[in-house]
Amino acid sequence: MSQPHRRSVLNLYKTLLYLGREWPQGYDLFRKRLHKVFTKNSEETNPEKIKMMIKHGEFVGKEIEALYKLKKYRAMKRST
Amino acid sequence: MSRVLVGVKRVIDYAVKVRVKPDKSGVVVDGVKHSMNPFDEIAVEEAVRLKEKKIASEVIAVSCGPAQAQETLRTALAMGADRAIHVEVAGAEYETLQPLHVAKILAKLSKDEKADLVIVGKQAIDDDSNQTAQMTAALLDWPQGTFASKVEKSDAGLTITREIDGGLEVIKTKLPAVVSADLRLNEPRYATLPNIMKAKKKPLKKVTAKDLGVDIAPRIKIVSVEDPPVRQAGSIVPDVDTLVAKLKEKGHV
Repeated sequence: MSQPHRRSVLNLYKTLLYLGREWPQGYDLFRKRLHKVFTKNSEETNPEKIKMMIKHGEFVGKEIEALYKLKKYRAMKRST
Repeated sequence: MSRVLVGVKRVIDYAVKVRVKPDKSGVVVDGVKHSMNPFDEIAVEEAVRLKEKKIASEVIAVSCGPAQAQETLRTALAMGADRAIHVEVAGAEYETLQPLHVAKILAKLSKDEKADLVIVGKQAIDDDSNQTAQMTAALLDWPQGTFASKVEKSDAGLTITREIDGGLEVIKTKLPAVVSADLRLNEPRYATLPNIMKAKKKPLKKVTAKDLGVDIAPRIKIVSVEDPPVRQAGSIVPDVDTLVAKLKEKGHV
């Protein structure tokens, strides 16, 4: 891993792990998959590509948040 | 510039399947995931948005409950509240704590903290009482805007759009006021990891109901808690004639 992106990659990993705690199919599955994806790309050295991947990771994080929000909204709407 | 008091409650997470204790004294809470009441999240979000729009100067989160209620308060702080007050009510007292008691506590605190606006969720998803906002408003003798789906600042006070049966109602209130948040008021933000870390440094004050001079003696006794009736299995009818015959038999046609 190139040093300049080390911090942001670690940050992204932690943030996604944190988001995964509420994953509907369970945290373990989420953590395994997340780890697999990060190890798969761990050999990447091109800084431009790493940047792109971080962007994608952040996007995925936003999607997960949106998913949780929608899930909660629907559950509330059904029950009241 | 006004100060906003937000009431939050720690409840069993909405995604958890609730189980009744075998002795029918209540529901199983040990080892069950808890989180902030979704409607209170909406209330906190609204207060934080008012602060971001510079309408509010300070957001205070309040929760009544056992020691774990502090986790919920930390979530509120992570969402953007400035400080928190934990009113400790534990054990048997918490089981019989009713909206009236909470309303008295909220009313007392809003006077002590000189709040100009109280925002609470319209109801909690565990007891579905839907009384706290109304009672707080009555005890304080403040106007109330319940089931708010939009809150705007107008020159003298607030313009609140309320969700009522079959439509919307727009009301104007003066400040101070009590508002209860409905589902469509806003989309609460997700408390991010860095914000949760920062929230640990925000001030959290612990008080008891006794300190506030509020009597929380039980007014009710829980007789029994039971599961809702299970839905009876249906049957498939072979053709329309049998269906009509069956419906006639049951007197539906």
